[in-house]
Amino acid sequence: MTTTAQTQTPSAKSASAAETAKVLSRPSRSFWRDAWSRLLHNKAAVAGALVILFFMFVAIFAPLLAPHNPLELNSGKGFLPPMWVENSSTGKAGTPEFILGTDNLGRDVLSRVIYGARVSMVVGFIPTLIIVVVGVSLGMISGYFGGSTDNLLMRLTDIVYAFPDLLFFIIVMTALRATALGQFLNGLFLLFVALALVNWVGVARLVRGQVLSLKEKDFVLASRAVGAKDTRIMIRHILPNSLGVIIVAMAFLIPGAIITEAILGYLGLGLRPSTDPTDIFITSWGSMLLEGQTAINNQPWILLAPAIAVALVVLSFNFLGDGLRDALDPRLRE
Amino acid sequence: MIPVLLLVALITFTLMHQAPGGPWDRDPSRRQVDASTQEALNKKFGLDKPLFVNIEGGNPLDSQFFTYVGNAIQGDLGPSYRQRGRDVQDILFEPPKGKAIWDSRFGYSMRLGLLALILAALLGIPLGILAALRRNTIFDYSALFVSTIGISVPSFVLAIFLIIILAGQLNLIKIIQRDWSSPGAWLVPAVVLGFGTFAYITRLTRNSMLEVMGQDYVRTAKAKGLGGRVIITRHMLRNALIPVMTIMGPALAGLITGSFIIETMFGFPGSGREYVTAIGNRDYSMIMGTTLIYALLIVLANLTVDIMYGFLDPRIKVK
Repeated sequence: MTTTAQTQTPSAKSASAAETAKVLSRPSRSFWRDAWSRLLHNKAAVAGALVILFFMFVAIFAPLLAPHNPLELNSGKGFLPPMWVENSSTGKAGTPEFILGTDNLGRDVLSRVIYGARVSMVVGFIPTLIIVVVGVSLGMISGYFGGSTDNLLMRLTDIVYAFPDLLFFIIVMTALRATALGQFLNGLFLLFVALALVNWVGVARLVRGQVLSLKEKDFVLASRAVGAKDTRIMIRHILPNSLGVIIVAMAFLIPGAIITEAILGYLGLGLRPSTDPTDIFITSWGSMLLEGQTAINNQPWILLAPAIAVALVVLSFNFLGDGLRDALDPRLRE
Repeated sequence: MIPVLLLVALITFTLMHQAPGGPWDRDPSRRQVDASTQEALNKKFGLDKPLFVNIEGGNPLDSQFFTYVGNAIQGDLGPSYRQRGRDVQDILFEPPKGKAIWDSRFGYSMRLGLLALILAALLGIPLGILAALRRNTIFDYSALFVSTIGISVPSFVLAIFLIIILAGQLNLIKIIQRDWSSPGAWLVPAVVLGFGTFAYITRLTRNSMLEVMGQDYVRTAKAKGLGGRVIITRHMLRNALIPVMTIMGPALAGLITGSFIIETMFGFPGSGREYVTAIGNRDYSMIMGTTLIYALLIVLANLTVDIMYGFLDPRIKVK
């Protein structure tokens, strides 16, 4: 912009300079636009995002996509192998009716995996949203105002950090499973709470660190000089500048939550498998792993299908997270 | 460290007391204990005392919680709610008759964790070094790809794939291994358990090497005309491996305490599988005791990081 302003003299020499300047200048692009184009150039991240979108689609439209009712018991059709197997160890042949075969009770494995996507997506996103809201607000307040609030918060985070995460989840889920809280939403609500209780700490620390460095920047000083209040500075100046870090943190929190659900489900501590067809959440990938464990020889797909699904989703989130980190903060690139 | 452990104990204790049932009434397969015997047993084990603080007079610390902590410090974690007649610490640490301590449940887990860590370090460190030395080559990219997969794919998923391929399709290992005396049987669980750590060590070594390679003292060494091998071993590795060495403690603790799913999947007779069984049986005292021991291990391991840094990097002093 400054170059074009300087070249407004009518001499021939500066006219050519103006032309060069025209060529060199481009429409101004915001940071987010830049980051977006950097992200689109990262193939792994785009592939990851597409896979995640696919699973979100599957989760939302599960009833339309599932070829069978995931609770329907097909008696006499238990442990059917997937459709491409002609003779399994149980002497049964797969049929196109049950693409990935059936479990011990004759329930369609593919339909159950499709419904399981719902739990994983919800467990990935909802606690993460709670974590971000709580972590960001506490981290901002703590970093911005400092003092005894900050001290108290940091001591609290020390304690939460010291408690081994998975052990905490296990303890909470075993102890409170029988209570009303543990039964709400088939046990998912308790899982949300447990995940949020542990993970807000990381976000709060991250945001606090950001705020500590940002609040010393000149643009904050300038804004204060114009008379902006603390809340306005926090929301309009500091928050947008920390957003990149927060988004990257989210991208890594989600797969962590999905893995936790799968582990707890495998231990029989996750979602309570439902037999009520009106439930939104019927089974989870973790619960399927538990059910399929005894059928490794007869019908490995009860285990394989949810395992592949977990691996795919988690890898995708990690690729997307790496891509977001590179796009939003090029300095962090390894 | 001690306040942290006390807090872990407090949280665990409180939550476990929210859970239904007590030591004498949850085993439907055996004869139920009648009310008067229950009372006598409660008295014997101090379960008639107030939960946290004794406000009824006498010693305020004469409560169930402080009794539990006091006993735990002396190595007594109390009776198992399910395996009647056995204490929690006996289940975890007592070897079968005539065997050494490393044949106890915990000993098995510790040996598996150690094996996994050794495998991870022996493969991960050289791979990380080579990847850094051949930065931006196909070799480097493949190493990074493998380590990304290792870091993101959870070990139980890997276990499922390996069990189905090796045991179900190729019949190389048994699905449920009963004989753990041959070292070959340990290999697959150890590889699965250590894969994530291997990936992490690879990445850490690579990044740390890259950082060291840009340092002035490496340039000085090159300027002095030293050969490539001397620079790598004497100047680079010595510094680059400091962060790798310091994570070994926490990594081992993580492997020992985090092996419960792998142990359950492979039928490995370690403390992790015992923990999962306890969860399934709702054996609350067993869950609590094991959690405390695991927490102790993790806290101790984290403490070793600070101490190791003091030894390996004299610029950092432990205060």
